[in-house]
Amino acid sequence: MYNFEFTKPTSIADAVAALADEDAQALGGGQTLIPTMKQRLAMPGTLVSLTGIAEMKGVCRDGDSLAIGGATTHATVAAEAGDYPGLAAMAAHIGDPAVRNRGTIGGSLANNDPSACYPCAALASGATIVTNTREIAADDYFQGLFTTALEEGEIIINVKFPIPEKSNYQKFVQPASRFALVGVMVAKYADGVRVAVTGASEEGVFRWTAAEEALSANFSADAIAGLSVDADGMIGDLHGTPEYRAHLIGVMTKRAVAAAA
Amino acid sequence: MPKDSGIGASSKRREDVRFLTGNGNYTDDHSMQGEAHAVMVRSNVAHGKILSIDTSAVENMPGVLAVFTGEDFVEVGGNPAGWLIHSRDGEPMREPKRPVLAHGKVRHVGDAYAAIIAETVQQGRDAAEALAAATEIEELPAVVNMAAAVANADNRVHDEIPDNLCFDWGWIEDNRDAVDQALKDAPHVTTLELVNNRLVPNAMEPRSSIGEYYSSDDSYKLTTTSQNPHLTKLLVCAFVLGIPEHKMTVVAPDVGGGFGSKIYHYGEEALVLVAAKKLRRPVRWTAERSESFLSDAHGRDHVTTIEVGATLDGEILAIRTNTLANVGAYLSNFSTATPTFLHGTLMAGPYKVPHVYVNLKAVFTNTAPVDAYRGAGRPEATYSIERAVDKMARELKLDPVEVRRKNLLTPDQFPYTTPVALVYDTGNYQATLDKALELADYAGFEARAAESKSRGKLRGMGLSTWIEACGIAPSHLVGQLGSRVGLYDAATVRVNATGSISVMVGAHSHGQGHETVFAQIVADKLGIDEGAVDIVHGDTSKIPFGMGSYGSRSLAVCGSAMDRAMDKIIAKGKKIAAHMLEASEGDIVFEDGSFKVEGTDKAKAFGEIAFAAYVPHNYPLEEVEPGLEETAFYDPNNFTYPAGAYLCEVEVDPDTGVVEVVAFTCADDFGNVMNPMIVEGQVHGGVVQGIGQAMIENTTYDENGQLMSGSYMDYAMPRADDVPMITVDHSCATPCTHNPLGVKGCGEAGAIGSPPALVNAVIDALNRGGHDVAHIDMPVTPSRVWSAMNG
Ligand SMILES: Cc1cc2nc3c(=O)[nH]c(=O)nc-3n(C[C@H](O)[C@H](O)[C@H](O)COP(=O)(O)OP(=O)(O)OC[C@H]3O[C@@H](n4cnc5c(N)ncnc54)[C@H](O)[C@@H]3O)c2cc1C
Repeated sequence: MYNFEFTKPTSIADAVAALADEDAQALGGGQTLIPTMKQRLAMPGTLVSLTGIAEMKGVCRDGDSLAIGGATTHATVAAEAGDYPGLAAMAAHIGDPAVRNRGTIGGSLANNDPSACYPCAALASGATIVTNTREIAADDYFQGLFTTALEEGEIIINVKFPIPEKSNYQKFVQPASRFALVGVMVAKYADGVRVAVTGASEEGVFRWTAAEEALSANFSADAIAGLSVDADGMIGDLHGTPEYRAHLIGVMTKRAVAAAA
Repeated sequence: MPKDSGIGASSKRREDVRFLTGNGNYTDDHSMQGEAHAVMVRSNVAHGKILSIDTSAVENMPGVLAVFTGEDFVEVGGNPAGWLIHSRDGEPMREPKRPVLAHGKVRHVGDAYAAIIAETVQQGRDAAEALAAATEIEELPAVVNMAAAVANADNRVHDEIPDNLCFDWGWIEDNRDAVDQALKDAPHVTTLELVNNRLVPNAMEPRSSIGEYYSSDDSYKLTTTSQNPHLTKLLVCAFVLGIPEHKMTVVAPDVGGGFGSKIYHYGEEALVLVAAKKLRRPVRWTAERSESFLSDAHGRDHVTTIEVGATLDGEILAIRTNTLANVGAYLSNFSTATPTFLHGTLMAGPYKVPHVYVNLKAVFTNTAPVDAYRGAGRPEATYSIERAVDKMARELKLDPVEVRRKNLLTPDQFPYTTPVALVYDTGNYQATLDKALELADYAGFEARAAESKSRGKLRGMGLSTWIEACGIAPSHLVGQLGSRVGLYDAATVRVNATGSISVMVGAHSHGQGHETVFAQIVADKLGIDEGAVDIVHGDTSKIPFGMGSYGSRSLAVCGSAMDRAMDKIIAKGKKIAAHMLEASEGDIVFEDGSFKVEGTDKAKAFGEIAFAAYVPHNYPLEEVEPGLEETAFYDPNNFTYPAGAYLCEVEVDPDTGVVEVVAFTCADDFGNVMNPMIVEGQVHGGVVQGIGQAMIENTTYDENGQLMSGSYMDYAMPRADDVPMITVDHSCATPCTHNPLGVKGCGEAGAIGSPPALVNAVIDALNRGGHDVAHIDMPVTPSRVWSAMNG
């Protein structure tokens, strides 16, 4: 780790001001950023902690949506997002208790790790990412591996999740990291079904539109029995071939549909 | 009735109190007045020529005290291999010098070519980074794949070794023709190519060393994470740095796991000593986890073709193996013994096989050195045999249990000399097999398989009847075979004046529980309370010259030395008692902690004799010296041969290829068991490591020699939820015939016997499910299983 300054503002305005410094970087739970710094792969001059900002924390029902503060921990979402059980269950299976008690939704979405769970949930829910400057639809937000629509210094204040009728997240764990080797979130809304896939694609989280169409017509595992995903563009590594990942997408989607509640 | 103390009791592990309450005393817990910190500068390329290192770029950086490069160690010795192997043509193995710091070339990612000594670790890291930037390394093509390494004479890990071959070993060369003929004549030959996957040891405590130099008497102290402090002392003094041994103390305090990786002497140990002398300050180094991945000696890494010739009813006629064994970039201390005399000698397994021949080529590659890792050679042999025998049974449509029964040695055949030169002293392989079948409810398997099927799962059962050779000995024989060390051990039993006992042992406990078990044995034999016995280990200034702990040797070898030392104590005690009781020595018996005149009620308690020995007022001074302290060195006359039968039951999810281990049953013969709880724990740990190897531990170097599984993000270690409850039994005991305690080693058994049981079970499940799959290499990841089913 290199030396850095640390500040913990209590308002969004102060945080944004602190982040105006070119060498400053936002700190959520530090579950990704701190290990990266320890390995000397990141060298922010100042860390601006967001976890002291009260209005960025907590889960709040807002009509047909759940609004989750950008600095809310996975553990809090697991405990308090009961109105959206699929989301709460997803959060409950991220990492281990230590990770869940520190890691935040904002950090996860800003990082957009290709194997992370939150991007999958946000995309499947058609969530809206609310930043200090604007609102970004999930469909526009995720732009490939570790890449998002966020500008330099822009922070996630809040994430609005429309609550589906039914949903489920199926995570096939990579045995070492226990991130998703393939994760599939299925969310059924009145106007259709959304299916998002994480862990599998070289382009990061994506929607499986063929499955969405089939499931919108008939929300049952059988409806997608004949569908398959092309292995082209899927990740191949020591944990699984592209073909295997493509296959797992089908299996996990069926399981998610069968388990959706 | 289970005993509550002494031999055979499940005494609670006394050392756990300090481990579990955070009071362990590990190397990195020692802080020294005025200490400085060493940071190693490691290669990030697998193979390269060092063109220049500009140390002036960092010498004036904040906190930098000294910079060392390979140049500084050109004059000192190399870290040697402990075993000289001769190739089939009689040539000695190629032994390139393994320097303290790489010089001229770097040979694997993580190879240290320089070291910074600084006031703080952070300053050291800053300078290390700057020095790396000020170093020019010309990258060379990496030698990674073993087959390519021996085929391509131009691409050399060591310039002087044209074919990257360390040796080409035949065991036993005289068997070769007969084996070839037997295989030619055999009605059936099963051939199997398999990989014994490379493993990263991942001890919980990373390696750590502190060097101190005392100018007052020109002496040194090395505190280090070692399984064998005396061996480390010998290596660093006599081979590498040329320091007289009386000027060196090596202390291995609490050590948090070794699994083999801390047997060896590493360059960092020499470095901190040299740096301490130069700076006249203690110098410490502790590995980061990522350094451990790159620089600890790895395990296994064999590619083997095994052929088993058999009759059509499954009688084994001959076994031949051809193996490429990776030794990595340099020879680690036991890297040449492990794939040869701990592997080839075991290739008959527990079977009566008339003809066996092993060929093994040890290959240099641009990867981390490979050496003994829990089981060391024996898991590789066991995996080859037990996978191949299973495949043979399947090919011949025979019951795998019956095939084993047909070939297992029977109790009346001991002692049995195998065609690969071991003499198995005793065993009862049928008994452990029957026990395992009973405990695993083998008879009920079909019903369970049907139930699994009703849930859409494929159930399979895999068997491994394993044997191993541990407590390697005797010294005169291993010496003839090329060992450069003796393989005895030593213990000093010091009876204190008031009757409590300190035992100084050459074995080193790094998690095994010696402090508990050894005390049980002493208490039992001397008839005193376990609490009155303390075991001292790990400090060369306190303990006699023993060889440390590895290869499941501690109890069989060091425990025997301790037993012998106690015999001497008792013999001396009898003389003292005879004098005090005015009886003749021949009439004194030692029973229940008292020296008695046989047939009378005259007796002296053990404590009274001890007191008399130190306050010798009424004492046979003309006959015996005062004091009650005895040392024994014990050199066994054979290995011990634990054996057993393991049954693994798995369920495979055909949709995903996920393998769940649903049951694991072990019936082992460890001879006499000193502490059943500890033995059970050792088997649990070993089996879990075996399951880890078989299912998830996936060490992968890419073609450039970069370690792809270099952190816990990609290197999977088994966790509690990866393993089932493990059933352990050791009731079918045949005591070792040649050591005084009748014990056999139990520390590695689990890791030796379990991988083939698991893979056999997966293959069984797939075939029962209608998938014609002959083999899947370890680790049997879901992706590999699924690909095999759909391939
Ligand atoms: C052992 C372990 C297991 C894990 N397992 C999983 C898993 O199974 N599934 C999974 O999805 N994740 C997993 N994670 C990742 C975990 O969820 C992290 O918490 C998350 O990826 C990052 O969140 P954080 O709050 O810790 O962010 P930090 O590490 O603090 O920051 C990450 C990045 O986001 C930026 N950032 C942080 N907050 C904001 C914000 N509000 N607005 C804008 N930018 C911001 C930071 O500047 C940084 O670039 C695991 C992590 C660990 C250590």
